[in-house]
Amino acid sequence: MHLTITHILFGTLSFIAILSGILVIFSKNPVHSVLYLIVAFFAIAGHYILLNAQFLAIVHIIVYAGAIMVLFLFVIMMLNLNKETEPHKPAWIQIAAVIAGGVLMVTLVGALRNAGSLPLTQPNDVNIGLVGNLGKVLFTDFLVPFEISSILFLAAMVGAVMLGKKNIK
Amino acid sequence: MLLLEAGKSAIQVIPMNWYITLCAVLFGLGVLGVMFRRNAIIILMSIEFMLNAVNLLLVAFSAQRSDPNAQVFVFFIMAVAAAEVAVGLAILMMVYRNTKTTDIDFLNKLKW
Repeated sequence: MHLTITHILFGTLSFIAILSGILVIFSKNPVHSVLYLIVAFFAIAGHYILLNAQFLAIVHIIVYAGAIMVLFLFVIMMLNLNKETEPHKPAWIQIAAVIAGGVLMVTLVGALRNAGSLPLTQPNDVNIGLVGNLGKVLFTDFLVPFEISSILFLAAMVGAVMLGKKNIK
Repeated sequence: MLLLEAGKSAIQVIPMNWYITLCAVLFGLGVLGVMFRRNAIIILMSIEFMLNAVNLLLVAFSAQRSDPNAQVFVFFIMAVAAAEVAVGLAILMMVYRNTKTTDIDFLNKLKW
């Protein structure tokens, strides 16, 4: 198989994503976990760009790395969690968790390894991930779910404010 | 990438089952994180990681079929994940304020 620049980029980004995913789980300090998760999200955004989903890559960086992870970081800093306050499971539960997770991973990979070998059914259109094309689909076929998601955000915002209030009578 | 191979998608070069394998491994890492850690905030982060593995697989399938619908679905998944994190972190803040811990094994009041 001829090794192109795309293969090298795919391998590098996959390696970064998997390695930082492992570091998220096994790092003792919660703040380090958040920072490694941001690295993993950037690797996944690189995968989106490789797949010509430019709009999703930008939205992914803005929403996940920019908004959600900052929220996590703020909460961890507000609760003042660090290495000393980090609770630990007993060793046998940790070993059992690693074995169970590893078995699930091996099963998934083994079951899905030979799937998806269908050839490309139609000439690959590289423009589907651009803003204009996605906006056309979003505002014609998916207009109602889009409007419902705005109500979802309103409900989430009101709920978060209600939960965060000091003492509700 | 766009400058190097203008107009070419990775899905034309990289086999689909590579993406399926990668996403299965990432999903398994998320499941492992939920089982391995006791800090509720890290468990929420692992759930985000699982959602991202599924998002990546949806985008790969979308690129393979040249179908933009899956990418719109990924957009909605991101919106729901953002709302979920806002409410989930507010609940965790409330739990911490009342119990002074984020240890998931301490919060076993719903245990049968």
